[in-house]
Amino acid sequence: MFETQEIINIKKEELLPKVSSLLKDGQRLVQICCTKGSKLVVDYSFDKNYKFTNFRLELDLQGDTLPSITEVYFAAFTYENELHDLFGINVVGNKLDFGGKFYRIKETAPFNKPPCQEVKNA
Amino acid sequence: MSDILKMCKTVVSSLRKKTFCQMYPFQPAKFHTHTRGHIKLDAAKCILCTLCAKRCPTGALEVDRVKGYWQINRYKCIMCIECVHACPVKPVKALTTEQQYAPPMAKMENERFDVEIKKPAAAPKVAAADAP
Amino acid sequence: MPKRTVIPFGPHHPVLPEPIHLDLVLEDEKVVEAIPNIGFIHRGLELLCEKKPFQDMVLVAERICGICSLVHGIGFVNGVEKIMNLQVPERAELLRVFWSEMSRIHSHLLWLGLAADAIGFESLFMHSWRVRELVLDIFEETTGGRVIFDAIKVGGVKKNISKETLGRILKQLDKIEEEYKQIADVFVNDFTIAHRWSGVGVLTKEQAELLGAVGPCARASGINFDVRMIKYGGYDKISMEPIVETAGDCYARALVRVREVYQSLDQVRQAISKMPEGGEVEVKVTGFPTGEYFSRVEQPRGEVIYYVKGNGTKFLDRFRVRTPTFANVGPLVQMLAGCDLADVPAIVLAIDPCISCTER
Repeated sequence: MFETQEIINIKKEELLPKVSSLLKDGQRLVQICCTKGSKLVVDYSFDKNYKFTNFRLELDLQGDTLPSITEVYFAAFTYENELHDLFGINVVGNKLDFGGKFYRIKETAPFNKPPCQEVKNA
Repeated sequence: MSDILKMCKTVVSSLRKKTFCQMYPFQPAKFHTHTRGHIKLDAAKCILCTLCAKRCPTGALEVDRVKGYWQINRYKCIMCIECVHACPVKPVKALTTEQQYAPPMAKMENERFDVEIKKPAAAPKVAAADAP
Repeated sequence: MPKRTVIPFGPHHPVLPEPIHLDLVLEDEKVVEAIPNIGFIHRGLELLCEKKPFQDMVLVAERICGICSLVHGIGFVNGVEKIMNLQVPERAELLRVFWSEMSRIHSHLLWLGLAADAIGFESLFMHSWRVRELVLDIFEETTGGRVIFDAIKVGGVKKNISKETLGRILKQLDKIEEEYKQIADVFVNDFTIAHRWSGVGVLTKEQAELLGAVGPCARASGINFDVRMIKYGGYDKISMEPIVETAGDCYARALVRVREVYQSLDQVRQAISKMPEGGEVEVKVTGFPTGEYFSRVEQPRGEVIYYVKGNGTKFLDRFRVRTPTFANVGPLVQMLAGCDLADVPAIVLAIDPCISCTER
């Protein structure tokens, strides 16, 4: 038996007003996730009374910024630090920003590496 | 006072029973039917088809048809038993699961079994009178 | 102005099962704030989905963590079966419920032992783990492994359990319950344990809702939320109610876990009684997954989310795990502010940290 889930596309400018209205509604922040395709797709998932809703926005692969939602949901600091450490997304306004040191790893943005170039034999 | 002595009943009863710990490896370990210990090869039955090496998800197996050997890296093997399921030899498979864990190794090296390369049986010769 | 010092907690500490680092800012024995730092066992397992076929990813998902390994497998397989539109047979679903609930019993017994060891009650730690050995024997008898089972695959389960074995398991469950009653009695009624844990690490209901706490950590603060109530994969035949406490301190979290073991024993008996006679335990898998789904499953530690996205080839596009300990890091930082230095190990253990799940 599988539950029905909703995925709603929003724009980056609508993010903060939308999240504030969800807090007034009593929704719980479940997770923030990122997928790399031709663009970076960021998913914000919320839950109330076992009903699961998902809000999706798109960013460019390199050099784009994302407003932080820690003003509204403080617990988002872990997810936003992870987005910065693994994907290299610049999150603006994070209340507890580790500056790239949340995950102690050597490489920067290992999940967002450009594809390897083919080496042509001379 | 009785709140603090709740544990006394368990402690006193375990003093009277025999120890629950088993002195393995000085006593033999107790296994069950499905216990997965380590993979064992019967080299006489192996036909070097390399199906087990293709199926292995970690790449622990290496089978060479030219030089004639079957090799396993015990550190990479995760005991998923896919190789045993993939072995096509009938009626008894060449790969079996043993219940006892693999013996400890002092060095990181592969375990190699030499397998005799079996030539397929020669096709029967067609008689000259039957040829068109 | 009292002087502030910074003391590092972890990554190696006798109380922690896995390494995590916390920087504790102290003012004369009281913790003012705590700053977490992770990354000691980051293996990058999510990227492996681009290299391994989706059927082999079950083996990777199971090895994210040792304590909660089976439920990781079930979460992944649930997501893939939804996007491939596979209907798993009823017997396989109830077998998965059986193994999940036994997994919950073994995980809670492990936590009870570690929590008792953290406050110095070593004989209770040994007795809890002695009862856990009886549960691990049942796993070895039915699946072949004690910690990592390799029992789940896309489309069903790999092994069937015969009727005689199920009858024998029911008798062993009675024995496990009898031994467990003595230990649970100590946790619920002992004076030293209550004195040590009451009023420590309090998280109010409003704070827990705002910070997104999950699992027994949230249920101990009065939030009535258990993912098994959405009735995924086999749980529609099992009746249950979430166990809720209201105090919000470490003692309430321990009581929630003690009562959940009794609830799981009851659910295992329900699953065995409702299992259909005979029938297949797997369904044939053809084709490749296309689409996306967020699969939600209840681990012993809380709600775990699996995001799987397929693109029509045998390699998945994205495989993302959000584990309950990752969601409980925010509440942990809130709980540690204002507590005594001597209570820090008890509070860190109370969220049941499984760091290898957190970092994948």
